[in-house]
Formats: sequence, structure tokens, C-alpha cells
Amino acid sequence: MDIVTFAPLLELTDDSMRFIGAGIAIGLGGFAPAIGIGWLVSKAMEALGRNPEAQPVIQTNMILGIAFAEAIAIYALVVAVMIGFVF
Amino acid sequence: MSQFRTVAIVVAFLVLLGVGFLFLQGPKPHVEIKAEPLWTIGFFEITNTLFTTIFVTITILGIAIFATRKMSYIPDGLQNAMEAVIEFLYNLVENTVGPKHAPMMFPAIATIFLFVIVANWMALLPIFNAIGKIEEVGVEEDQFFHEVVEFQDVGVFAVVPGSEEIELHFEESECDGLEGEAKEECLVEGRAHAIEEAAAETDIDEGSKVGILLPFFRGVNTDLMSPLSLAIASAIFVEWWGISTLGFIGYGKRFVNVGRLARGNPMGLIDFFVGILEFIAEVARLISFSFRLFGNMLAGEILLLMMTFLIPLMLAIPFYGLELFVGAIQAFVFAMLTLVFGALAVTSHDDHDEEHGHQSGGEVAAAHQVE
Repeated sequence: MDIVTFAPLLELTDDSMRFIGAGIAIGLGGFAPAIGIGWLVSKAMEALGRNPEAQPVIQTNMILGIAFAEAIAIYALVVAVMIGFVF
Repeated sequence: MSQFRTVAIVVAFLVLLGVGFLFLQGPKPHVEIKAEPLWTIGFFEITNTLFTTIFVTITILGIAIFATRKMSYIPDGLQNAMEAVIEFLYNLVENTVGPKHAPMMFPAIATIFLFVIVANWMALLPIFNAIGKIEEVGVEEDQFFHEVVEFQDVGVFAVVPGSEEIELHFEESECDGLEGEAKEECLVEGRAHAIEEAAAETDIDEGSKVGILLPFFRGVNTDLMSPLSLAIASAIFVEWWGISTLGFIGYGKRFVNVGRLARGNPMGLIDFFVGILEFIAEVARLISFSFRLFGNMLAGEILLLMMTFLIPLMLAIPFYGLELFVGAIQAFVFAMLTLVFGALAVTSHDDHDEEHGHQSGGEVAAAHQVE
């Protein structure tokens, strides 16, 4: 009762596995960075509300933090694109 | 009257939407991650992204030359715009590293920013990814594509609305189980068979070529080589700034931190391992910088191609807005990250047996925790 038994029923070809892999790669890979960015921006909004005068500094550092968090999602995206189009 | 204008805009939008969807749909775009070479000189391949880099450089130089001819004390026109840009960048550098180091770091940071932003925005021009030459389908492994298009031979090729993609059915797994020469022959035969089968089904005109489009112009940062070289350059800049400010020994203390250990304090072992980790972090930064820029630009290119494929005229418009924004942000982030790590590199890493801790400064402290 494993994937090998079900493979003829589901018609798991090379191509179909590739698409499943690409989908899972970007789906799971985009989940945590999204949470991270949301958290980061919410903290930045809080800080902004407390001290509106520091807006340029807060905004600059927020953008920087978002870029770091988003990089992880981009790694997942690159892997998904590579699985989908290259391999 | 403004109500009439609103209605007219909405109607025009819907009309163009319909026209695009009904008449202008073309074949599915072929997405290639590796940059394709246009010409090969000996062993050196001139890829389409390298070719585009020449135009990006010419654009930046052209703007620089035109902005600085007949300079006046009260700036006007292009000179004014460029002064605003330079002022923005210089203030950014100065606010992060202070006025002492800003003149040293400013040229490199500004160059990185301007190159990346011009390269990213130039990739949005209509001729990018649309005009090129044909890579004909063949039986070799790197010449065989699963979906090809027929192109009319008119000199310069472009993807024409109305052409359909021709599918070539051949799975590599059909030749599993054979080895070596027999496998080669099986693959070649299978591909040739697929090509013949497709040629028999669809009638192909004489003199037209069947293959994929190899564009002449492709966004510079969609090829991993360009972001990688920028990342290597920025790493070299950061190390150079550190060494020129602190001296070789002073900067080396960051990586080989045996101060406390030499004094007999066993806690110095932690310092030593932190030094090794810093070294690994430097290398990991190369990968992270290059993939961030590459991934963003590649994803944007694929997104625009696919959106243009789905509904040709209208669907790509909001994504153009996104691409403009993302291109600018990625340029800013690349420059800022180089700047922040440069700021980190020029702060001295003296041994601290006392309790006064690391250098303060928002970005510097934050950068210690990242990556």
C-alpha cells in the first residue's frame, strides 16, 4: 500500500511528478516567508505609530528586512522553476 | 465630461481586452533559464544577456554625458534629475556609515544601484524577449524542444500572433534500460521520429523554420551570471573597505579571533568559532545576494511572458507596475546590503573583556543577526 502500488492507477509519469514537485516547492516555500514578512511589517507599523517622526529610518530598515525574508521565498521559486523547466 | 472620459476608458479597456484575447493569442512562451549564446568566438560565448549589458552600459554612460555637459550652478532638466538621484544615494550612504567613510563607499554603492535599476527597468521594453533568431529543432539533446513553433523566414524573427505551438511527443524514459551507445541511438531515433511525426501532421511551408525563438535582448539580471558577478564584486568591495580601513591584521581579527584565547581565557574558544562562522557567512552572502536578484528578475520575466500569453494586451499591465516596483526595490536592496556589510566591515573588532559590548548603530547591530 505505498506509492508504487498506486502508481499505475494514478499514472505517475516523470512529467507529472515534476509538476507535483514544482508545485509543492513553491507552495511550501512561500508559506513561511509570507508569515515572516507579515510579522515584520506589523512590528514596523507599530513602531511607526509610536514614533511617526522616525518614519524614514523605520521604512528603510523595514524594506531591508523584507528583502531578507523574501529571499527565502525566491530560493523556493527558483527551485520550482528549475524543476518545472529544466529537469 | 469627466464621466464621459471614464466611460470611454473603461470601454477602450474592455475592447482591447477582447481584441487581445480573441485575435492576438500566440504560442506558449519558451522559458529558458540559461542564457543562450548568440555568437561564439573561440571558446567565449557572447550570450544575449551580455549583448544587452552593452546597451545598459551605453544608456548609463549616455545619461551621464548628457547630464554633465554645460553644467550650471542652478541645475535644470536632466542635470537636476541626476543631482536628485546622486543626492538621494549619497544621503543614504552617509546616514548608514557616517561622513568619514561615505566618500570611500559611495562610488561603488551608487554604481551597483544605478546598474541594477537601469538593467531591471530596461528589461521592460517591448523588444525584449520578443525579437531574435531561431534555434531550429534537431535531434541532439540540447537542440530538442518539446514545444516548437513555426516561424516565417523574414530575416529577423518574432513571435507572431496566431501561430500555434507544435508538440513533439518524446519521453526520455522510453529509452530507459539501455546503456551507452545503444541509449544514444535510441534517444536520437526517438527524437527524429517525433519530429517526423509532427511534420507529417501539420503542414510546414517551404522556407520556414521550426524551432524556438532565441531573443536578441534579454533582461540582464535574468541570467545568473550577472547577479553573481555583482555579488562577487560587492564582496570584494566589502573586504577591500575593511582591509583599507582597519589594516590587514585589524580586519583579519574578525575572522581569526584568538585574542581572548591567547590571554588564557577559555571563553576565547567561542570567539574563535564565531570567527569561523563569520567567514562562512561571507561566502553564504554571495549565494544569497545573487539568488535574490536572479530569482526576482527571472520570476518577473516568466510572469510577464505568461501574462502576455494568457490575455495579450491588457493582463500584463498591472504586472508591469509590479515589475517596475520590484526592479527598483531589488536595486535598492542590493546596494543597501552591500552598504550595510561594508559598514560592518569597517567597524573595528577589538577584543572586549569589559562589558561594553558590540558597536551600536541600528543597521550594524541588525546586520549581525542576519543570514
